[in-house]
Amino acid sequence: MADAGMLRFHVPEPEVRPGGTPDFSNVAIPKAGSVPRPEIDVDPRDIRDMAFSIIRVLNRAGEAVGPWAGLLSDDELLEGLRHMMTLRTFDARMQMAQRQGKTSFYMQHLGEEAVSCAFRKALAPGDMNFPTYRQAGLLIADGYPMVTMMNQIYSNEADPLRGRQLPIMYSSKEHGFFSISGNLATQYIQAVGWAMASAISNDSKIAAAWIGDGSTAESDFHSALVFASTYKAPVVLNVVNNQWAISTFQGIARGGAGTFAARGLGFGIPALRVDGNDYLAVHAVAKWAAERARRNLGPTLIEYVTYRVGAHSSSDDPSAYRPKAESDAWPLGDPIVRLKNHLIQRSVWSDERHAQAEAEILETVIAAQREAERHGTLHAGGKPSTRDMFEGVYAEMPPHLRRQRQQAGV
Amino acid sequence: MPRRTMIEAIRDAMDVSMARDERVIVFGEDVGFFGGVFRCTQGLQAKYGKSRCFDAPISESGIVGSAIGMAAYGLKPCVEVQFADYVYPAYDQIVSEAARLRYRSNGDFTCPIVVRMPTGGGIFGGQTHSQSPEALFTHVSGLKVVVPSNPHDAKGLLIAAIEDPDPVIFLEPKRLYNGPFDGHHEQPVTPWSKHELGEVADGHYTIALGKAVIRRPGAAVTVLAYGTMVYVAQAAAEETGIDAEIIDLRTLLPLDLETIIASVNKTGRCVVVHEATLTSGFGAELSALVQEHCFYHLEAPVARVAGWDTPYPHAQEWDYFPGPARVGRALLETMEA
Repeated sequence: MADAGMLRFHVPEPEVRPGGTPDFSNVAIPKAGSVPRPEIDVDPRDIRDMAFSIIRVLNRAGEAVGPWAGLLSDDELLEGLRHMMTLRTFDARMQMAQRQGKTSFYMQHLGEEAVSCAFRKALAPGDMNFPTYRQAGLLIADGYPMVTMMNQIYSNEADPLRGRQLPIMYSSKEHGFFSISGNLATQYIQAVGWAMASAISNDSKIAAAWIGDGSTAESDFHSALVFASTYKAPVVLNVVNNQWAISTFQGIARGGAGTFAARGLGFGIPALRVDGNDYLAVHAVAKWAAERARRNLGPTLIEYVTYRVGAHSSSDDPSAYRPKAESDAWPLGDPIVRLKNHLIQRSVWSDERHAQAEAEILETVIAAQREAERHGTLHAGGKPSTRDMFEGVYAEMPPHLRRQRQQAGV
Repeated sequence: MPRRTMIEAIRDAMDVSMARDERVIVFGEDVGFFGGVFRCTQGLQAKYGKSRCFDAPISESGIVGSAIGMAAYGLKPCVEVQFADYVYPAYDQIVSEAARLRYRSNGDFTCPIVVRMPTGGGIFGGQTHSQSPEALFTHVSGLKVVVPSNPHDAKGLLIAAIEDPDPVIFLEPKRLYNGPFDGHHEQPVTPWSKHELGEVADGHYTIALGKAVIRRPGAAVTVLAYGTMVYVAQAAAEETGIDAEIIDLRTLLPLDLETIIASVNKTGRCVVVHEATLTSGFGAELSALVQEHCFYHLEAPVARVAGWDTPYPHAQEWDYFPGPARVGRALLETMEA
């Protein structure tokens, strides 16, 4: 046998770094409408190739085509457009508020609005999401009050979480939105547990787990897939692949697997990839997976192929690790522009109405912001009390915390 | 009154709880069909069905993580981690999630789970079946930490833990499963059937979390102990002839500080005993609390007897284990100080 020589250590690198020309030629984009829509009781072994393709509905001409099209009415699509526009405007205002020192931290969704906004519409009342920090569209699309979100972001006197949680780590059981941890991937297995509990209780509700491309490397992701697979839990396992985990490109978490969806295959979980910037495709695939879960057919893994146009958070500067124009080169476009063009193509929308809607939404968001700021911002105005800090650690305050609260003089 | 081993008492606590409340479910590694490696869940699957008592994959973070999701749904999971030494993969789920869920969501979601795990040594389990990690949990806001020392308490405390609205870490000293153990490993095991605390009433009863009990009243020195060390301390008191007041803490968090203060103020001396390693152990907290609250009553420094700061060894188990001779020496030194 020939000498194998020295071992070499391998560290994957993105195609391009700052200063280079953005290049997504390695991202294969199938034509819209080209991926078949299997029956929901399909044998996962028969659709393994779907983990390597991308389900798309909207084509370049703005038409909805193929077997995944046709689920949503014009009114529902117009509502979806409004939700995405609202989320983008909300983000812009809150990002600015952070820069103005009204809060400590913010995370925006720029470019990823379709994922959470469209997904929410595939769920039923009572279903539970276990989100990460970039799914506020779940709240917006469910009609959660923006003022309450802002109160949380400002940690003001009306913050429903009493100032205890980092901005944007919302919680709303009523709106099917599990408390965001801030630790990564922990919620993935919790979603599976919630779904198991629903099945144990012979209920009809399902759960949705959320994770980003980078966090799939955490062991909790793998625990979740084992448990979901073993107990056929009624859960939709979402992976939002926005290409970047802070400064780390998705290849570091993905390793030798062709796609993140392919992670599901070894667990016997049907795995689909979808164009995350296509509102109709996201909704159709989510609906398919939710239906499977509800009919006792078990979990589905969905990888949303999208792109994080903005910085990771208000503390991040992407120009240090990726080309500035990379988002312009992203081949799946902008989710709002694509749905807008589709609605114009369907003759139910126009550039004028879009501009008018933008203005209306901005006005609504600013009005909400004014109302929230009447309750205070992080460093000014009304804020949660020091007493609030001691409450709620336990259902009943134990003696040692009571003593400490007295020491604190509250 | 029926006599039960600690294993039977713990099983009975789960049985009673499952019969009373269908939200109570039990799962963990080998817990379902087989009934657990220590047999604590034997018969529960046959009685309550596979939906309420089942086997889990070997994934402690998965077991605790899924239990948290179940609790958020509205169930009351009581899960088993096969050995306390195996809990570390679940530590993030316990510390960052279970313990903080109520606080961070302002009560929107809560986490009424119990994580049971056999703890402590004395069975030649080596470094991976002998640890006492209680201090890793008492350091965490939002948890409750319970260590029973006998079948009667184990049942009442476990039912109370299952009914508690917050997450409870329930550490079961495995050397006590079949009988009280005073550290004299060369002597035959006394079964619980011959001990009064092996008397375990049928049906439902609870022992409130956060309440210590005085196992041996005395006037000379207070011994703070829990789990196996309660019996070691009793043996040390008998063998030295020192009139020690032995407090079985039962719950470490929340702690029954009142009982501790009253006793130390009476005796003026205090020895803290635990099997876990010394440095940053729960004894450090106890020692600090005693000097804060009883300083002007103390006639001697607070002494600590604990496991040495080494990993738990195999062949040298009885050199490591803080047995009655070491505790006795500490009692004598504290009396002479």
